[in-house]
Amino acid sequence: MLEIKNLTKQYNENVIFKSLNLTVNDGEVLSVVGPSGIGKTTLIKIMAGLETANDGEIILNGNPINTNGESSDVNIGMIFQDFNLFPNYTVIENITLAPVNVSKQPKSEAIKQAKELLDSLGMLEKADLYPYQLSGGQKQRAAIARALAMNPQILAYDEPTSGLDEASTHQVTEVVKALKERGVTQVIITHDQPFAEAVSDRMFDFATEVQR
Amino acid sequence: MSYLITIIPSLMSGLKTTLGVFFLTIIGSVPLGILVSLGMKSPYFTIRWLINGYIWIMRGTPLLLQLIFIYYGLGMMGITFPRFESAIIAFIINYAAYLAEIFRGGLQSVPRGQYDAAKVLGFSKIQTFFKIVLPQVIKIVVPSFGNEVINLVKDTSLVYVIGLGDILRAGNIAASRDVTLTPYLLVGVMYLIMTAIVTLLLRRSETVLNTWR
Repeated sequence: MLEIKNLTKQYNENVIFKSLNLTVNDGEVLSVVGPSGIGKTTLIKIMAGLETANDGEIILNGNPINTNGESSDVNIGMIFQDFNLFPNYTVIENITLAPVNVSKQPKSEAIKQAKELLDSLGMLEKADLYPYQLSGGQKQRAAIARALAMNPQILAYDEPTSGLDEASTHQVTEVVKALKERGVTQVIITHDQPFAEAVSDRMFDFATEVQR
Repeated sequence: MSYLITIIPSLMSGLKTTLGVFFLTIIGSVPLGILVSLGMKSPYFTIRWLINGYIWIMRGTPLLLQLIFIYYGLGMMGITFPRFESAIIAFIINYAAYLAEIFRGGLQSVPRGQYDAAKVLGFSKIQTFFKIVLPQVIKIVVPSFGNEVINLVKDTSLVYVIGLGDILRAGNIAASRDVTLTPYLLVGVMYLIMTAIVTLLLRRSETVLNTWR
């Protein structure tokens, strides 16, 4: 379970959000919705250790996550809006790079796991392609596989459907649902209301539920 | 033809010096240039200030003058290096400054998102640099790096000013001794061969790097 307690973020005088409280239950798909530019991405970046919070805490399964910008442990997998795949590695290398170098998993084992992940996402035949050879939807699934390979406790998406066509959006919907079946806890930042309604167990409206 | 054969041994020994300066400069200036480019992003003002001063001096004065200063100038101050070592020092610190500027540009063009993705996946700063950032920087800088390497082939001829016997000096000696321009022609051809090899190697590496975008 992820608990966000009294989280405050401000840049000088500009308060992004104040005393934000939010709980995400295990296996739940929670969408954080609201118009763009409202601070949703900032929230997810603090969760992932990419931004600092001014106050408050984030507790994941009883353990506090650093909100000072120093990510200590890989607990949260993140799917970036523009995917941020490593262009100099093939899809399978993108996925195995962290397990091999960070978790010190044996390479053969990491490759086996990566292939299973790719297979489950319908991406196995793209394993040896470079990111530039993939479509937007395929890049996204590669990014999902890369995040899942580190066995995160939560998978967080930043605007997963922005820039995707209808077919790719549908595929992302299917992927989120399939991961939910497998019990993966997912937090989705989106301004795409129909998509949020299609995939979420619960929605958190950033515009009305957050103090500023 | 027989004349060519008589001058080739002296040109070859000059070539050895030229190649020595060339390779040692590359080996020394690339890592130094990377370090300097990283230092330019240092959070410490003093380090950035020192580095900017160093780059300004290296790029703002002729390499010829720097050679003279390191060999004769430092010598007058009691710091003496043999000719060859002086040349290597001058070339390495000069080329490192140019390369640092090139690497800095390369570093800047790696998007912020690459660092974010690496951080979320748990990579250390060193792993992020060597496994993710550096390969992308290399791809970006290869064309401008290539220009510098070709310049270096020709710049090695400047070592004559401190009395080092490079290939141009060997040609010079033969030309004035035998009152003919033939040695110069031959020297020109040898420079062309060297730059052609460098160009070819650079094209190769660009092709290899183009497997990804």
